[in-house]
Amino acid sequence: MVSLSDYLILSSIIFCIGLAGIFINRTNIITLLMCVELILVAVNTNFIAFSHFLGNEAGQIFVFFILTVAAAEVAIGLAILTLLFRVRGSIDVDVTNSLKG
Amino acid sequence: MNNMYTFDTSTLWAALPEIFLLSAIVVVLLLDLFLTKPFKQVTYYLTQLSLLITAILAFNLIGEPKTIIFSGSFVLDNMASIFKVFMAGSTMVALVYTRHYLTEHKLFRGEYFVLVLLSMLGMMVMVSGYSLLTLYLGLEILSLSLYTLIAIARERAGAIEAALKYFVLGAIASGLLLYGMSMIYGISGSINITDIATFADNSTLASREMLILNFGLVFLVIGIAFKLGAVPFHMWVPDVYQGAPTSVTMFLSTVPKIAAVAMLVRILVDGMGAMHDYWSDLFMVMALLSIALGSVVALMQTNIKRMLAYSTISHIGFILLGFVTGVVEGYGAAVFYVLVYILMSMAAFGMIILLNKQGFEADKISDFKGLSKHSPWFALMMLAIMLSMAGVPPFIGFYAKLFILQQVISAGFITIAVIAVVFAVISSYYYLQVVKSMYFEDSDNEITITAPMDMKLILSINAVLILVVGLFPDFWMKLSISIF
Repeated sequence: MVSLSDYLILSSIIFCIGLAGIFINRTNIITLLMCVELILVAVNTNFIAFSHFLGNEAGQIFVFFILTVAAAEVAIGLAILTLLFRVRGSIDVDVTNSLKG
Repeated sequence: MNNMYTFDTSTLWAALPEIFLLSAIVVVLLLDLFLTKPFKQVTYYLTQLSLLITAILAFNLIGEPKTIIFSGSFVLDNMASIFKVFMAGSTMVALVYTRHYLTEHKLFRGEYFVLVLLSMLGMMVMVSGYSLLTLYLGLEILSLSLYTLIAIARERAGAIEAALKYFVLGAIASGLLLYGMSMIYGISGSINITDIATFADNSTLASREMLILNFGLVFLVIGIAFKLGAVPFHMWVPDVYQGAPTSVTMFLSTVPKIAAVAMLVRILVDGMGAMHDYWSDLFMVMALLSIALGSVVALMQTNIKRMLAYSTISHIGFILLGFVTGVVEGYGAAVFYVLVYILMSMAAFGMIILLNKQGFEADKISDFKGLSKHSPWFALMMLAIMLSMAGVPPFIGFYAKLFILQQVISAGFITIAVIAVVFAVISSYYYLQVVKSMYFEDSDNEITITAPMDMKLILSINAVLILVVGLFPDFWMKLSISIF
């Protein structure tokens, strides 16, 4: 029997991989998008696990909304990336440095 | 519990402003497709009309008793209605300034207005959200529209870069916020703010439950701080302000702040009010860091948009201080500060847009050189705005700072108040630098003001209000306290 804490540990590991990926990754923006997805997957796992063990559907409904929003988010992210490629000719993180800071 | 999930159409009136705005967005979006080039202005006027009607609908709901509908996920109270009226009003003002900017920079497209309306809808949902789900959805409607708005200047590398940075950091922030929400849901068993409040208020919580609640709380605070742009989660603010088209900067630096503060109130004050001791410590650190960093780093900026970005960060610090106090008067002072900040920031960015001309962004402080000779009236307005931001009486910005500091001192945090005042004094240096450029330096290139009459008029009213409201701050302060 898989217990609640197993799910939570799994999701926190995924969450940390996502966060670490964002901060360590200095080359490709597509990887950033994948890391953001990982964070959302961790959240979804959390919600579903809690929902199952609490016997309360609200968490599962929440997950449907997160999935939808994540799809919209990635669509917009990729659209911005295409624009960036058009003006800069590259999607490396290094090219996004014209604004200092 | 059984009838918790029933759908009752007789309660829909409470969401009337949102429902109307959503239908108006659909109409504007569809109509814009059929308008040919010479009639594009129709989109603008329709947008203004829909915002006006939304504001009137929200205004009519002021004074209604607190109503919670949609299975506890949507609330109508005075705070929601008053905020909605303010947001619709300031968006209308922002659009008046925006129209001039868009025509000068050939960005006049129907999508722009639809996106502004959509972000407005998102903010209204955030203000009225009473469950973690509605708050999150409102936040995402707002954020997704803002990412797109920034990227609307398709050929400008700076704008695209700003959009990308805002997108990546915004996505991380909502990820963190969601992680916090999942923890809160897991421990309290509900996503409704009412149930969470009851749960957090329970004094018999085991220390293990307290720990998880705290763990979730930290993530929620980080997510909210990201949206507000408080240090250490401020990295996106200067870059986005500088890179985005000025009209978008103006919009995203003003109205969404009300929504972010509303979300803060809903989650932390309404929901986790019992945990105030825990989150106020976090807020205190963030507030002091924001005030310090915002005041000091702005000294070195030559780009006025970037300077205003750091000034925003320090204003956010003051707003957070209001929440540290943990009393209703303190929260009221914070809300008052937000409204005042919006009035000032809107006017400051309006002034930058005023100096814009075809293909030229007046975003350097040096672009203000010699303004007093060319247009003494607008130089005077800019003087009022800058002095108000610096916190000089009798302008409204002074009272905003005063009320916050009063509450901070009466809550017993005298050291913090002193530090805040010291940095406020330091920050007046860069505000006065703009004044110096306007009055004591000659312009390098010709200043031409091409703005239409309506923009000049609204901008003047906006700037005069900074002085007039400053003469009667008590009414607004009472209003701000009354919403809690």
